[in-house]
Formats: sequence, C-alpha cells, structure tokens
Amino acid sequence: MTDIRVQTGPQPSPERDVPVERPKLEHDLRAVRTLFDRLLTALCALLSLVAALPLFAVLWLLIERGATNFRLDMLWSLPPSGLDTTGGGFGNAILGTVYMVGIASVLAVPTGILAAIFLAEYGDGTRLAAVIRFAAKVLTGMPSILAGIFAYAMVVLATGHFSALAGGVALAVLMVPIVVLTAEQAIRAVPQKMKDAAVGMGATSAQVVMRVTLPTAMPSVLTGVMLAIARAAGETAPLLFTAQFSNYWLRLDRLEDTASLAVLIYQFSGSPYEHQIEMAWTAALVLVLLVLLFNIAGQVLAARSDHSRH
Amino acid sequence: MSTPSASLAQPPTAGERWMDLGLRRGAQALAVGVLVLLAAIVVEIGAVAAPAVRERGVDFLTSSTWDTNRDEFGILPHIWGTLYSSLLALLIGGTLGLAVAVFISQRFLPRRLELLLKNVVDLLAAIPSVVYGLWGIFFVIPAIRPFTAFLHEHLGFVPLFDERSPGPNMLASSLVLAIMVLPTMTAVSRDAIATVPRKLREAAFGLGATRWECILGVVLPTAATGVFGALVLAFGRALGETMALAMLLGNRNEFNVSLLAPGNTLAALIANTFPEAQDHERGVLMYAAIVLLSITLVVNMLGTAILVRSSRKAAGARP
Repeated sequence: MTDIRVQTGPQPSPERDVPVERPKLEHDLRAVRTLFDRLLTALCALLSLVAALPLFAVLWLLIERGATNFRLDMLWSLPPSGLDTTGGGFGNAILGTVYMVGIASVLAVPTGILAAIFLAEYGDGTRLAAVIRFAAKVLTGMPSILAGIFAYAMVVLATGHFSALAGGVALAVLMVPIVVLTAEQAIRAVPQKMKDAAVGMGATSAQVVMRVTLPTAMPSVLTGVMLAIARAAGETAPLLFTAQFSNYWLRLDRLEDTASLAVLIYQFSGSPYEHQIEMAWTAALVLVLLVLLFNIAGQVLAARSDHSRH
Repeated sequence: MSTPSASLAQPPTAGERWMDLGLRRGAQALAVGVLVLLAAIVVEIGAVAAPAVRERGVDFLTSSTWDTNRDEFGILPHIWGTLYSSLLALLIGGTLGLAVAVFISQRFLPRRLELLLKNVVDLLAAIPSVVYGLWGIFFVIPAIRPFTAFLHEHLGFVPLFDERSPGPNMLASSLVLAIMVLPTMTAVSRDAIATVPRKLREAAFGLGATRWECILGVVLPTAATGVFGALVLAFGRALGETMALAMLLGNRNEFNVSLLAPGNTLAALIANTFPEAQDHERGVLMYAAIVLLSITLVVNMLGTAILVRSSRKAAGARP
C-alpha cells in the first residue's frame, strides 16, 4: 500500500486542542494528482482485463464448436473428403504431428542441452559464448516460416520429396534455441557449492557435469524442453514447405507428404464444406489441449524444482 | 605403506580424460553449431533465392503487380502490408502489454492474482497461430462487421475507411496479431521493469509521490531501454507472423491504406502461394523470403542488442 497516513503518537499530545496547521497527507480525490492516480489505476486495470479476455474467448469458442462434435473414433480415422457429411477424423494428423515433433526432439534436445552446457560452464564469460547466446536469441525471434524454407532448401530439394523428415528438421530449427536458452538458465541455477564439492571429491569436470550439474538442473531443463515441444506441435507455416499434407496414414518406409494437426486445421478452415469446418474446430481443440498439456507439465516441473531448491 | 585413503585418491584414468575432453569439445562444437545454424539459414535461403534475385533485381521490390500468367512479380504491396499490420498490432498489443506489465509488477494486486494474470497472458503465447486464424475467421471478422460497416458508412471519406470488405480485412488481422504479440511485450517489459531497483521506488514514495507519479516519473523512465527493446522484439514477432495473417488478411496483392480492406504480407504471401506454385514462381517466393529474412533479422538483432545492453546496465547499477 502506498497510502500515506499521519502517524499518531501513542499519547495524546498536551496541546491537542490548539489548532495546528498540518500538511494534508490523506488521499483526497478532489486533488488533481490523486484523482489522476486513481483514474490511471482504473485504466490500467481495464486494459489488463481486456488483455486477459482473448484467452477465454478462444477457449470458449473452441469448446463450444469443437467439443460438441467430438467423437472418440475421430482419433483413429482418416480425414473426411468434401463429399462426406458425417464421419472421418484426424488420426493420421495426430500421428504425423507426434512423429515429426519426435524427430525434432531427437535432433534438438541433446544438441540444445550440450550447447547450453558450453554456454553455462565451459565457455562462461567468453566472447564466443556471448556471440552464441546472441545468435540463439535472434533465432528464437526468427519467423517460423523461414525455418520451413530452410528445411525445404536443405532436405526437400536434396531428397526430392516432401517428407516427415523435412518437417522434423524444420521444427528442430525452432526448438534448438528455446532448449539452449532455457537449459542454460537451468544449469546456471545449480549452486556453485555442489560443483565445488564434487571437484573436491576428485571428480573430473565431465563427471561434475554429468553426475552433479545436469541431474540437479534436469527438472528446469525439462521445463524448457516441454515449452519447445509445445511450440513445435502448434507450428503450421514450416510444415507447409516441408511435410505439406496427406489424407493417408504415415508411412515409415518412404519419404512422402505427411499430415499434421496444424496443417489440417489450416486446410479445413478454408473449406466450403460445413463438415470439414467442424472437423477443423475439433482438431483445433485437440491441438490446443495437447499444447496446453505440455505447457502445464512444464510449469509443474518448474514449480517443483523451485520448491526443492528452497 | 598403503592406507585406504591413498587407494581412493587416484589421478583420472586415461578413459576419464578422454571423456572429459570429449564432453568439452562436443559441447563446444554443438554450441558453435547454433551459430552455424543461423549462418546456414541465411546462406541456404540466399542460395535458393539467388537466381530470382539476379533475374529480377530491384524492380521486384518496387513493383506492385503480382501476375503469374504474365510472369510479372512485385512485392511492394506485401512489404507495405507487413509493416502496416505489424505497426497496428504493435500500437494495440504494445499498449495492452505494457499496461499488463505495469499492473502485475507494481503491487496493484495481491501476489496470487498477479501470478494468475501473468499465467493467463503467458498462455496466450501457447495457443498455435493457426488456431488464432480459425478463431479470427469465425469470431473476430463477424464480430467487428457491424463496426466496420458503421465506420465505412459515416467516415468513408477518410482514406483509412474508404474501402471495405465484409470478409477478411486489415483491422481484424491487426487485432488478432496484437493478441499474438501481447505475451512477448508483457513478458519482456515486465522483466525490464523488474530490474528497476527497489530503492528508487521507495525514494520516490518517500518524497510523497503517488503510485502513478512513481511509475511514470521513476520506474518507466528507468526501464525505458528494456521496454523499447520489448517493443522492437514484439515488432519482429509481428513481422514474421504467418498463419493468422494468411487466414485473415484476404491474400489480395494490392496496395491499400484502408483499414477495412483486405491486403497481404510477405509471410502470408509465401505461405498461401507456395504449396500450389509452379517452379518458377517458387523461385520468386524465395526472393520474397530473403526480403522477409533481412527485415526480421535486422529488427531482431536490434531488439536483442538493446535488451542485452539494458540488462548489462541494470546489472552494473546494482550494488
């Protein structure tokens, strides 16, 4: 509280009845500055409320339009064609999303964590580490569509096919900087004393990192990984250039177009057929639930590691 | 004479030395890999764009026709649309984001509510942009339709409102884009505000400042660099945002100032055109991609550099 009030002493002063001219310290709404203060507070509260509304508006519409049409068999059916008015689902898209995010995680998570070890431990304070950190920050802000074009140039043009592999590479490009930056923070938060103790016991620096630093930092590292996965799972633009879309099941034995939830939503959102639009809403609900699940899992891990450290 | 402790204390074996060196070198190589990745993105996109850049030159940037049949391409309207939508989004999202950042960092609310509001805004960043696009098509565009009709009817003589589309338009796109940059703006400027030393605030209160006199006179000016960095980063996000705009802006390749008319952006153009494009048009789209890459790279580097400086300054100011 910032209200400034006059402190009255414990005993009543002897000259209590004598009128003393005191500065007015109570908040008085007739004074311009206090009125201004209250008005700005109200405005700020109003703007914050407006900022919080979209989340609920999005979730509400997702539930209203997505949940009402939800049937369990959608999770293992192929997408409906324009002529179907009932049935169908997005099983292949869920599988495609999981598969591509899996490829991306395999590529990005170990890379990101090792790079973070360099930034936080071996290269700490060096110019090289500062430059790499800067590059990682710039990469987090890079438009995701450019990651897609990069993977298109690297993988699609080289192999001659759109594929889940290319999609995975594009998503990995987006995940790496997130994993690097969050893992670096997590590794830095490990108390120096623990590392010193391990060194004192005669551990080599590799042993310190693998047996002490990383295990201690792991919950927070995983928080970053969860955030990166959540981001990758929702990405659409990079997949348009790499995996495109498919109405059929994912095949592991060859490179070909692969479905994903995000691209399915994009394609069906512009469909002239009501049934496909309904399907887009239900797929969006499933995608958002998936993404929120990973986000909340990350938050829980973060909260737990905060808790254990105190 | 051998004691147990002498047998415990032993120098690292050859294998342990190799492990040590391997981890050190491996970590360094992968860290440098991040740098290489950024460079490779620039080089690769540059390489696929090179033929079109050589063929079309600067005309591509200054022409406003996009006609596949006549093989005439120009991205002036798209550059304009990208900057226009991003600035509008920044105007709305920046204001809201800063308001939230102040509201959750200056003890207006109990701690729990502050955290709740922060999480709500953070979760906005978790929603995929394609879902925002879907929401925009079926909620925002119909919701603002009466409003845009009113503006067009009564203020149609103002260039901002002189052309109206009941469907996709710039206003709806910018509103959704504003929601999407809001979390970046809030999180980064909140961090900047958090680095303002408590002593400064207490000194202001001690001098009798009201809460907002303190915020406007002390906190925000001290955090100004960081808040500016947040604005630049949010602008960078808006420039590169693709799906929501590809779905809401109407994909019209024409130059237009009207808020109520459709338009196009660089990212939306690439996303909408690429999947069905022929080979020579794909080359042209790669030219558009390298333009987008240049713009966003410059803006992002600027924003990041500003934030690195401001946080270094804040760290230096602390005792």
